[in-house]
Parts: sequence; C-alpha cells; structure tokens
Amino acid sequence: MTEADFTFLRDYLRKRSGLSLGGEKRYLVESRLSPVCRRFGIGTLADLVGTLRLSREGPLERAVVEAMTTNETFFFRDRAPFDLFRDVLLPRAIAARASVRRLRIWSAAASTGQEPYSLAMLIHEAAAQLAGWQIEIVGTDLSTEVLEKARLGLYSHFEVQRGLPVQLLVKHFTQVGEQWRISPKIAGMVSYRPLNLLQSFEHLGQFDIVYCRNVLIYFDAPTKADVLQRIAKVLAPDGAVLLGAAETVIGLTDALAPDGEHRGLYRHPATSARAPLPHRLAAGF
Amino acid sequence: MKTASTRTALIVDDSAVIRKVARRILETLDFSVRDAEDGETALAMCAEAMPSVILLDWNMPNMDGYEVLRQLRQSSRGDQPKVLFCTTENDVGAIARALRAGADEYIMKPFDREILTAKLDQVGLATHPSEAA
Repeated sequence: MTEADFTFLRDYLRKRSGLSLGGEKRYLVESRLSPVCRRFGIGTLADLVGTLRLSREGPLERAVVEAMTTNETFFFRDRAPFDLFRDVLLPRAIAARASVRRLRIWSAAASTGQEPYSLAMLIHEAAAQLAGWQIEIVGTDLSTEVLEKARLGLYSHFEVQRGLPVQLLVKHFTQVGEQWRISPKIAGMVSYRPLNLLQSFEHLGQFDIVYCRNVLIYFDAPTKADVLQRIAKVLAPDGAVLLGAAETVIGLTDALAPDGEHRGLYRHPATSARAPLPHRLAAGF
Repeated sequence: MKTASTRTALIVDDSAVIRKVARRILETLDFSVRDAEDGETALAMCAEAMPSVILLDWNMPNMDGYEVLRQLRQSSRGDQPKVLFCTTENDVGAIARALRAGADEYIMKPFDREILTAKLDQVGLATHPSEAA
C-alpha cells in the first residue's frame, strides 16, 4: 500500500468512526480490508482506495468501517470487570435502586454480544433479589453486522469455550448442531442498537452502569475526551462507568473521576470524592 | 530469573499426539508435566503425587475418564486437583455428566493454547503469559 493510500484510509476512518490509526497499524489495514476487497470483487487495496475516493455512503463504505472497528471479544473477557460487576456494582445497584426497582446498563461496544450476555448471566444469578425489577441492558455497536450476530445469539464451540464457565454454558445455552444458542431468558434481557459513539447518544436515556471497554483506545485524545464527556451526561448521578484496562479519563476530562477504590471504574467527580469508603458503601453507588 | 515451577499437570489420554500437544502447551505455561496413557496409571501417579491440574480424556479403553474422576473424587485426600475434562463430544449431556462427576471445566478436543489458557484461568490456575514462548 502506498503512503498516500494509507494516509487517505487513515483520514477516512478517523472522519467516519473516530478510529485513530498510527503508522504502525498498516498491517492491520491490509489484513482487515483484503477480505472486504474480495467480498466486493475489488482487485487490490489501491483499487479499494480509488473507489472510496469517488464514492459516498453505501454498503462498501460501511463494510470498510466495520472491518476496521470490529473488536475481538469473548464471554467474561478479562474476568476482573465481571467479578467487579457481580461483587460490587450489582449489589450496590440493588441497594441503591431498591425503591425504584429499575436498573439500566449500557454495553457501549457490545460487538457480537458476549459482554452484554455475560452481564445478563450475572444478573440472572442474582435473580432472587431482583424479582419484580425492570432491568434493561442496552448493547450498542458501530457495526450492524456484529449486532446481527449478537441478536442471533449463536456461538461456535470455540467462542463458548473462551471465558465462559462450563456451568453457565450448560445452564444458559442449548445446542443447535455445531453451535450453541443463548437461552431466550438471557437474550431477552438485552436489546441491541447500532450506534456510532461519535454521534449523539442522549436518545438512549440515562444509565446506572456503563461498560465502555476497549473502544476508546482506537480514538485520538480529543475524541476520547468528547465521548467521555457525553457518557458522563447520560450517567445517573450515582452511576458508574467501567473502561478497559488500558483506558483512563485522566488528562482527558474532569466530567468523570477515578473511583479510587476499583481500577478502571469511574464516576461523577462529586460521587468519587464525596466521602471515604464506608459512607460510599452505605450510600450504594 | 525463572524459578522451578511448583505447578504440576497430569495429562491422561490414550492418544500420544494429544499428550504431546498438551505437554508442549502446558510447559510453555510454566507447568511441570507428567502424562499417562490410561486411567489406572493416572490413578497410581496421583497416589504418588497429586498434581495441581489433570487434563482427563473421557473416552479411554479399560477405565474411562468418568471412572478415573469418580475414584479420584471419592478419595479422602485433601489435595484434590482441578480436573479439566477433555472430550471430542460436545453434547450438553456429556458435559453435564462430567460436571456431576466432579469435573471443574471441560475442553473440547482438539484444543489449542488459547483455549487451554482460558480454562486454566477459569479454574484459578492463572497462567503466566509473559513467560510463554
């Protein structure tokens, strides 16, 4: 790929998805866009760039953005964020929302559904305490293609073996030939919507817990700051945001502040700094 | 400097190929590895020194994995190993039966390093990827 073509693709992707590609990511562009070329009958990456230069929004343009922004995911990825949800965030939410009995969770880079379904399975484990509650998990992603797979809830044997404890596999999945389908009970807890984080998401409403993991790393600093500030706007005053292990708000925005107690967890500054640990625990979030 | 591993694994499988593949992966994950080609040998090895984890094949001649697991879990020894059940069957009935017999996790064969690493993490035997080849 020529320097000019790479520069064009870098600018093109940044403008459309906020994806920030360093020069070292050239291999990533080549490996992910070559299948797109094959799919659309385009001979080379140079031809693809030529087509993109001339075209406006359409299936090819969407496929290019989706191919570059689709992230690897698996059930209970990195484990710690899900231990935190089960042991801290969910119990606190149950205490804090006991009067309204309503809980809204946003999985902001839902990809093929493993993250929101993992959260749903953990909520299901606490079902005894949540009878009569209205619980909604909203999964969003830029890619309509991955959301389609998420909605189907069908996973290969390889996919269910990565991270999913076997007890939960047996409990929440049924076999469909060589694949595994998530149970309607778990699937019904999650709704999916396509969303570009660069665009407004106020229409999604307010959330108590936001999981936005491993997506900001692809954005440049001003874009990260903008997305974080807008997440803060849809976060309940006592809500919590979990970012990926390599992500932070520090140096980007004051709209969210580290929880101080749990790595990767952020809250509105007033909540984070308000009181020492025992008071915060007593207050729920 | 790398210290001698205190984590031990026992691979029980009648297939020499599977034993070889599993050994190679486990050694890169810093396990000290032994292997057995049948259930009786495996139980004898366990009586001698209980490993941290056993990769146990389901279908073996003479004594199958289910029987090995049953005998292992019936013993009164306090140093019970984690048991990853290895099978080519992926039906939910076989998996549920293995769990009832006392398996901690299962692995569908043929497995690779990534899957095995994930399963070891799940049973609390966190791996050391930085030391891996």
